[in-house]
Amino acid sequence: MNTGTKLGLKIGLYGGIIAVYVSVIGMIEAFAERDMIRGVVSLGHVLLFTIIVTTGYLAVRSLDQAINPAHVEDKKKISRGQALFTGLIAGLVVAAMIAILALIAEPLKVREVLVNVSPALLEVLTLGQGIPTGAVLLLVLSALLGATGGLIFVLPPIGRKAITSAFIWVVFLGMLSDLIRVTLSRPSIPSAIPRLLVTSNGLSVSGAVIVAVAAALLAIYGRTWQAKARAKIESLPLSGQKAVRYSGWGLVLLLLVFLPGIVGRFPSEVLVNIGFYVLMGFGINIVVGMAGMLDLGYVAFFAVGAYSMALLTTSDARLLGSIQMNFWTALPIVIVITGLAGLLVGAPVLKMRGDYLAIVTLGFGEIARFLALSDWFKPWLGGAQGIIKIPNITIGNFEFIGPQQLYYLFLVASLIVLFISYRVKSSRVGRAWVAMREDEDVAEAMGINTVYYKLLAFGMGAMIASVSGAIFAAKLGTIYPHSFNVFVSITALSLLIVGGMGSIPGVIVGAAVLVGLPELLREFSEFRFLLYGALLIIMMILKPEGFIPSERRARELHEEDRAQDAWLKQAVTPAANPGSSD
Amino acid sequence: MIDVVRTRFMDRFSWVGLLLWLLRAGVLILVLWGSINTLLSGKYSIDNWISLIIAGLAQGSIYALIALGYSLVYGILFMINFAHGEVFMAGAFTAYFVARYHASTGFLERNPLLSVIIWLAVAALVSTIVAVLLERLAYRPLRNAPRLVPLITAIGASFFLQYTFRGLYGSGFKSFPEIEPLQGTWSVAGVNVSIVQVVVLLAAVVLMIGLNWFVERTKTGKAMRAVAEDKEIAALMGIDVDRVIVTTFAIGGLLAGAAGIFRGLYQPQGISAFMGFIPGLKAFTAAVLGGIGNIPGAMVGGLFLGVFESIGPNLILEGLGIPGANQLRDAIAIVLLVFVLIFRPQGILGERLAEEKA
Amino acid sequence: MPFFECKDLVKDFGGLRAVNKLNLHVEEGEIVSLIGPNGAGKTTVFNLITGFYSPDSGEILFEGHNLVGMPPHKITELGIARTFQNVRLFPNMTILENAMVGQHCRGRSGVWGAILGLPSYRAEEARIRKIAEEQLAFFGTRLIGYRLEQPASSLSYANRRRLEIARAMATQAKLLLLDEPTAGMNPKETAELTELIGKLRDERGFTILVIEHDMRVVKGVSDRVIVLDYGSKIAEGSYEEIAHNERVLEAYLGKRATQAEAEA
Repeated sequence: MNTGTKLGLKIGLYGGIIAVYVSVIGMIEAFAERDMIRGVVSLGHVLLFTIIVTTGYLAVRSLDQAINPAHVEDKKKISRGQALFTGLIAGLVVAAMIAILALIAEPLKVREVLVNVSPALLEVLTLGQGIPTGAVLLLVLSALLGATGGLIFVLPPIGRKAITSAFIWVVFLGMLSDLIRVTLSRPSIPSAIPRLLVTSNGLSVSGAVIVAVAAALLAIYGRTWQAKARAKIESLPLSGQKAVRYSGWGLVLLLLVFLPGIVGRFPSEVLVNIGFYVLMGFGINIVVGMAGMLDLGYVAFFAVGAYSMALLTTSDARLLGSIQMNFWTALPIVIVITGLAGLLVGAPVLKMRGDYLAIVTLGFGEIARFLALSDWFKPWLGGAQGIIKIPNITIGNFEFIGPQQLYYLFLVASLIVLFISYRVKSSRVGRAWVAMREDEDVAEAMGINTVYYKLLAFGMGAMIASVSGAIFAAKLGTIYPHSFNVFVSITALSLLIVGGMGSIPGVIVGAAVLVGLPELLREFSEFRFLLYGALLIIMMILKPEGFIPSERRARELHEEDRAQDAWLKQAVTPAANPGSSD
Repeated sequence: MIDVVRTRFMDRFSWVGLLLWLLRAGVLILVLWGSINTLLSGKYSIDNWISLIIAGLAQGSIYALIALGYSLVYGILFMINFAHGEVFMAGAFTAYFVARYHASTGFLERNPLLSVIIWLAVAALVSTIVAVLLERLAYRPLRNAPRLVPLITAIGASFFLQYTFRGLYGSGFKSFPEIEPLQGTWSVAGVNVSIVQVVVLLAAVVLMIGLNWFVERTKTGKAMRAVAEDKEIAALMGIDVDRVIVTTFAIGGLLAGAAGIFRGLYQPQGISAFMGFIPGLKAFTAAVLGGIGNIPGAMVGGLFLGVFESIGPNLILEGLGIPGANQLRDAIAIVLLVFVLIFRPQGILGERLAEEKA
Repeated sequence: MPFFECKDLVKDFGGLRAVNKLNLHVEEGEIVSLIGPNGAGKTTVFNLITGFYSPDSGEILFEGHNLVGMPPHKITELGIARTFQNVRLFPNMTILENAMVGQHCRGRSGVWGAILGLPSYRAEEARIRKIAEEQLAFFGTRLIGYRLEQPASSLSYANRRRLEIARAMATQAKLLLLDEPTAGMNPKETAELTELIGKLRDERGFTILVIEHDMRVVKGVSDRVIVLDYGSKIAEGSYEEIAHNERVLEAYLGKRATQAEAEA
């Protein structure tokens, strides 16, 4: 058996395991309810097909790695035929495993244990054709898809980029088709446009084609366009360049300001939820990203902010008498209280090493939740029923009711915190944090009062979370302990890690993707934490610095690779001046 | 002389230090006050306390079995396998289905002992597989990464497993079937003890003794201890370090799986994909209490935690007049965790690895 | 009031006495070498002085302040800075940033200054940068120019040692503690650094306490040499005096070798 076949089988097996896994936990079934391209293919199918194509691709890639070991200069090329064949094998294996699952599901009554192996799933797996026909069809289709995946590997880079780009954009826009439809369905835009692109459930066929072509063109010519634009900008005088940059930011700002109006009410709700996490992301970025302390109980600060705002402003007289402050007068008090809480949490953990610190803060978070839930604190915190009748936020006569209005609160708060983060990061304080993170003892030896700076980080992180919590309380009008659980901390941590620890744009992107997608797409929300967990694992193994890393972090985490590269480079280039130590 | 004394004192003084000292003192006072109050009030008889203690020991032995998994892995890799609670859950949850099948076909009624043994086998197998997969897929690539990276991975793995099993088996709460012979109580020295508690306790102790024997007497056990001492030298001595690590995870998984069944016997309800999180935290507390990496320590820590958790609410919290003390049972364990990590991270019996410094 | 003084300093680690009733002093403007065989406790003394270990008894006096019980960052503020035996830079910070961290204790601006961009903050940042660059420039062209923005981990070994010294210099300390600054350097680099240490005192006014193994360096820089063995001071004096001191030779070479040497 030649290598190609062997690898095809092996990688196919892995791909098959993933495909079966995804079927058995119910993802495919859930995804199948949304059409990617109306009447043609659903998201569930797309998931399955993506797995198959990727498996084919990876099979050929591992073949390439097998026949071209790293140190050999001459790279042997894999022929198209070989690639197709290997990919095909891989695809077949995946399909075989899926087919087996489909075949045994009924007779073995798998559903009694694995509850999500439902008829609906089987329908997807057999491509709607029932057991014998569907299985065969699946095998054939899989072989083709696997072969395609293999082929993609051997295509010239341009071709690869074009196809991948087209695929990604079609899937992405297909998922957001509802959003697109709502955004484009307004009197100012002729209705032919949305009808061309999207339908009530997924993209239209024409829409898919248009997107695919546009994306492919973007991939092929994107680099040249970008280079040309950059050259043009750099040819301008400095003042001109500045003008371009400022107007660029100005446009972004303008877009942000008009965003709720553009996207409509439900997506604005999503924007508000993203806003909560953007704020918390900035806060946790200071504690974890900049100061390097893994705080798993971050939700506690969010809770303190929410509860204190609730207690200070609620019109419910049963608890603590009724102070009934205005949101804005209460806000500074809430921030200060939470800041103090940050210090209280930080003080005991100052001397702890990283993993213990993480567990202790997790413990603090859980304790806070238990206390909020308990009968003991019920007279003050409302127990399991929480606190009700929290008034809305008002400025003068204007009341912030809907998401489209609350959005602006978040926009302003985020911009302020963003500004603060940037400033602090490149200041003496920021340097102190990085120094502490890299070598705490040496930092102390260089005159940095680590106690102070650790407490400062905790305090600032807490205060930022409290703003988010305060708005949360006012928005919902009622708060319960159940909203303040470890999952909030995990979400904040995940978006930081995916976006990039210590990286400020990373927080925004992380929040948009990790919070926005599950909110927009119900299918994702069910598997939200599964995906977070998987993402954390994958990111830590492949790209621990995040997708938009702060440059420093990338250096920190790939130290070994770089050290090796540096050593290799030295070994190859002759010493410039023997005896010189430069 | 006074000068030296004064500088010694000023040595330790700082606001943070003061806060911590107050915290220590405060808690000590509260614990004493509450306990004394309760004992004086005579609300509970000696019998009550004894049955609480035995219940605590039974529960604690379950924690001990899970804690061993944490300690073993920490001793070898110096990482906290945050997902170990899910290893425990995986075995228990999977074995539930076997148990359900046995109950429905009457097999359970006819052969209770054989039934339970089969459950133990299934749970141990599943837990071991999950543990080994964790090591192979999630942890091995990160052997040399900075400390926090495997921890974050472990956290990710924990959630991933929780939701995977929710996807596999559904999100409801299940209950293990009751086993006739284990219901009821025995009378031992005039005190009523629940049979299942004694059985669980004894079975767990047998397992722990088995583990001790394995680690101390067998070749693999010796290899494990060598790798825990010094990975590199062990490799130089010809020990297959990777295999030892896998074995360690496997043993931890096995014990956790068994713990899962004991949990199912002792507390049949509440089986779900999320049942591992809090016990995982508590077992970690137990491991740290006994000194992380320290095997007898994990056992002692587990038992101690079980008893503390059992009598704590009644002894301390009620004495302090806190309503709904039993609700706070979990909270007490977490408070203990926090306190141990802050004030005595090396545990009662002392850690194998001293705290990092300059 | 003596510039710097240790009085009856004692440090035990479990059963091992690492520093045994050590008395030493340094006058302002001196360069004193601290030598002794491996394990004599030299780095322990540095750790005690800089506050990383707490002495079991004894005093450490610097310009009238008793350093015992002070947190390390305070000691740095008072004017003592050090380098480490195994170079401990901040590997992923740039060279300039490493040096700027040294200036941390001479700055005062905090969060508010940074956020509001107050003129005082800006002026201070500019000053910090300037002083850091000045210290780096002390070492010639190696650590300046395009190098400023490169990560410290990209430096060659000798340059790392230099950067560490520059960082310590940036603290504007009065007393520099250099722990084996020439370890691992080749002869040319060692000679250059020997000269630089002299310059540190002559041009920049630092008082220096050096731990060294390389006797050429000790000979080249020291006003005075203190010899430790098993935690105790066994000799003190000029280099010439020390080089011929029998006890010192014994400590390094062992009794028999010293006798053989004497008989030869």
